[in-house]
Amino acid sequence: MKIEDIRKDFPILGTTVYGKPLVYLDNAATAQKPLSVLRVWEEMSMAKNANLHRAVHSLAMSATDAYEKTRDRVRDFLHAGSREEIVFTSGTTASINLVAFSFGEAFIREGDEIVVSVDGHHSNIVPWQLLCQRKNAVLKVLEIDENGYLSPDSLRKIISQRTKIVAISLISNVLGLINPVKELIDISHEKGVPVLVDGAQGAVHEKIDVQEMDCDFFAFSGHKVFAATGTGVLYGKKKWLEAMPPYMGGGEMIDHVRFDGTTWAPLPQKFEAGTQNISAVPTLVPAIDWLESVREDPEIEAGQREIVRYLSGELTGRERIRLFGVPRRTQDKIGLFSFTVEGAHHEDLALILDKMGIAVRSGQMCAEPLMDHLGVTGMVRVSFAPYNTMEEAEYFVKCLDKAIAMLI
Amino acid sequence: MKSLEETKQDVIGEFSMYDEWLDKYEYLIELGKNLEAYPEELKTEDRLIKGCQSRVWLDYELRDGKLFFRADSDAIITKGIISLLIGVYSGRTPEEIAGDDFSFIDEIGLSQNLSPTRANGLVSMIGTIRQVAEGAL
Repeated sequence: MKIEDIRKDFPILGTTVYGKPLVYLDNAATAQKPLSVLRVWEEMSMAKNANLHRAVHSLAMSATDAYEKTRDRVRDFLHAGSREEIVFTSGTTASINLVAFSFGEAFIREGDEIVVSVDGHHSNIVPWQLLCQRKNAVLKVLEIDENGYLSPDSLRKIISQRTKIVAISLISNVLGLINPVKELIDISHEKGVPVLVDGAQGAVHEKIDVQEMDCDFFAFSGHKVFAATGTGVLYGKKKWLEAMPPYMGGGEMIDHVRFDGTTWAPLPQKFEAGTQNISAVPTLVPAIDWLESVREDPEIEAGQREIVRYLSGELTGRERIRLFGVPRRTQDKIGLFSFTVEGAHHEDLALILDKMGIAVRSGQMCAEPLMDHLGVTGMVRVSFAPYNTMEEAEYFVKCLDKAIAMLI
Repeated sequence: MKSLEETKQDVIGEFSMYDEWLDKYEYLIELGKNLEAYPEELKTEDRLIKGCQSRVWLDYELRDGKLFFRADSDAIITKGIISLLIGVYSGRTPEEIAGDDFSFIDEIGLSQNLSPTRANGLVSMIGTIRQVAEGAL
């Protein structure tokens, strides 16, 4: 595959900002959508719009068919054991909140402990804090090592008889390092503790096999894997999902509704109350097809590695720049770089880069505890997707130097 | 001292000299760098303007019926913006400030050309200055 051909599938990449070609380097926040995704999104609204599962008419059947085929595709993408373990949500945040609520209702008692990580996205911290408040449970914090990887030693120290669940991320949205999740899961399982893995960044970059990883829950967002916004997935091992009460009550999630007691629908409908995102969920199919095809392409893959190598060098080779998340092994680093520049505020840098046509993220990146831990008020982050080119990476470095020169 | 209207026209004129937004940023950065030093001890929580992505402190005093402002920010473009604002409004009476519509900000295109978070910061800065003036009426 040629990168020029890939870019043609993304209409937004051909647009300009302030008269300059758009250089979109905020992919970790949300990814752009290929035409195949946009077409399915449109087709679902134009030709297949009907509510799911309920009616017997033809349109309802074709909408339901598209929706349920998506579940099979996602099961395959995550290599989950069964389709009942795939629950559709509105995104990673909704997936984690679902677990924090329902798992919490079933298994968390006063004085129990929940482990979250210092590099966690707010979405994998705050739902657990809310749970702790509801149940008088205790939050424990897993640390990172000097490079920025989650520390297995830290987990061994804090995990206890009272630990009921461990919530970690496969890849931090700030540090861009592939965490040793398998080791962390093994440590937890030795103590009989289940693990939730936030895969919001991980699902984009890594081939996921939830059975091999042996995580108990895995959450990711559709919009970050090139699908429509408002889509998301929760994978949960059947034994846990069956033991958990529903999160929301409503249509679709029930078996029988009686005033003297309602029974629940089987998995996964038990966790899919109300009308689902009918037009958007089926976009996960072309998005995953696209993602897997570029991941398996040697030319695109090599180009991505080259960009990571180039930026790792550029961002560690300048005196004023401090890069966070420096890998021990280069293959652990994804195309996501967060840094600070001594003497230049992250927001100023982002504003100037914006005027040069480059979209970057600045600020705390929904990870305030990590910012506090690292002693900074914010960072600049650039995050790459397979449609980003080496020329864009080089243009970014040139513009960054220019922005720094303006500010210092 | 020039009237409020004259000062605003000066700022509008200054901004219109630059076609490129990068040049306008250069100008704001210069303003920020030249802003009078702000005492460290006044960088307090109650002087922080809420709603900005970067931290902005605003201090004021009422002297001879006029409001005098001092400000600082840890981001230099924001510092340039607050410098611009206090350059226009410092030394004016509360009546003058409270009675102003702050529309010169729109005329120089500042609010349209800043990211929403930064534009919100601008709204907060203007809101705070207006609030101070109304409180001093």
